[in-house]
Amino acid sequence: MIALKNVAHSYGHGGGELLTDITLDLAPGSFHFLTGPSGAGKTTLLKLCYGELKPSAGEIQLFGRNVREMTRDDIAGVRRRVGVVHQDCRFLDHLSVAENIALPLDVAERPPAPGDLSELIGWVGLSARARALPPELSGGERQRAALARAVILGPEMVLADEPTGNVDWEMSLKLLRLLVELNRMGTAVLIATHDLNLIRAAKAQVSARVLRIRDRTLRLAGAEL
Amino acid sequence: MTGRLPRRLVDALRPGAEGHADRVVPPSGYTARLTTFTAAAMAFLAVFALALSLAAGRLADRWSGALAQTSTIRISAPADQMETQTRAVLDLLQTTPGVASARLIEEDEQRALLEPWFGPDVPVGELPLPRLIEIVETPDGYDPQGLRMRLSAEAPGAVLDDHTRWRRPLVTAAQRLRALGLLSVGLIGGATAAMITLAAHAALAANAQVIEVLRLVGARDAYIARAFVRRFTRRAALGAMAGTVAGLAGIAALPDTTDAGAFLTQLGFEGLHWLWPLTVPPLAGAVAYGATQAAARRVLRELT
Repeated sequence: MIALKNVAHSYGHGGGELLTDITLDLAPGSFHFLTGPSGAGKTTLLKLCYGELKPSAGEIQLFGRNVREMTRDDIAGVRRRVGVVHQDCRFLDHLSVAENIALPLDVAERPPAPGDLSELIGWVGLSARARALPPELSGGERQRAALARAVILGPEMVLADEPTGNVDWEMSLKLLRLLVELNRMGTAVLIATHDLNLIRAAKAQVSARVLRIRDRTLRLAGAEL
Repeated sequence: MTGRLPRRLVDALRPGAEGHADRVVPPSGYTARLTTFTAAAMAFLAVFALALSLAAGRLADRWSGALAQTSTIRISAPADQMETQTRAVLDLLQTTPGVASARLIEEDEQRALLEPWFGPDVPVGELPLPRLIEIVETPDGYDPQGLRMRLSAEAPGAVLDDHTRWRRPLVTAAQRLRALGLLSVGLIGGATAAMITLAAHAALAANAQVIEVLRLVGARDAYIARAFVRRFTRRAALGAMAGTVAGLAGIAALPDTTDAGAFLTQLGFEGLHWLWPLTVPPLAGAVAYGATQAAARRVLRELT
């Protein structure tokens, strides 16, 4: 589905490599955690996985196509198959929560099936806040709205970047439960987080691989968790 | 591709045709009003430039057509030779190829011509006025040089005035005025395109974060561009509609054509020419559509 082979990435001209020799295969239905200290390159690796960044070396295959050969419209097609949840969520603040969640449907020119949207909003527990504007939401509500928006097109994979970074532990567990539930329905999940407690809580519910970025490259973690 | 443009233009103008593609862009009242106002002002000017151009065109046609078919022979001779020379000229004209008819302008007509300057009681018979002979040409016309040579031989007091000397610069001036009017319409269109390009560019740059969110959820460039194109096309078309109505009202309020030949009173549309201004709003919409598409393509490429 998403495969990285000996990938390196560096920002700007003459800057050193932030990531080097990254090899990763995200298979359908898999569950991965990506961890590492702040600034290690977790967000950069996620951006490489959904085509926002192109590698400075190595090869990335997104759904069987080399990312270097993909146009902007091709990348847009990938985004419809990969739901992305950012730590800062990024909404259109002049649209209601429900409209923001339904935005991918509108962008893909797919009309929502009757009841699907309200069912999804209910699944993330935001039925009472559907008409609110994003700035009126709490951190946890914003994360749940972002998750609903990420999954509304029924993606094959969800990439979540520090989804619990701005919420309390109870809300973190709620969000984790939603992601685990999604994975049980067949969606591959990759969560970038530095919260080891969250990873431990997840491992009690789902079989997850934990990858750690250390010394600019990716290693399988596990023993220390 | 070009066949699809009118359809896309209509889609851009049709309310609710694109789901809420246009709603994804936050409302921007100030720039919206400025765009609409500028389009209205440009349309108003375009209607006047069009009216000027069409009126100048009519004038050029009339001067080059009607006047080209007539000329005058003026006979100044001593009183005892006047009749002889007049008869000689009329006889000569009957045998001149290219002359359809020739007639002597009678005293009554001469009096009418002089009345505006000398009053109704002018004693035409007592004044040393030249005789005037009006010539109507055939469509092929006559040879003015040949006629002048024959006149100098047959009637030394006769002078041919074929209007060429004063008609040509007038026709040229009217034709240039028509061209300048059309050039003005073109410049107004170009200025409108430039203004809308600037406004669209500014709107796209100001909404970089919106574009980022749209791309995050899988929006293709065409979808993002459509949201902006639709907005600017509608603003320009609505503004141009208002400007056109105001321009037409201004033209209609001009005085009636009471004085024959008075150019300013004829500055307007005649007959089917009234349909020309109706093309201004759709053309403004098309210009806005093209300008916003171009701006969107450029900004979206830069925001990669």
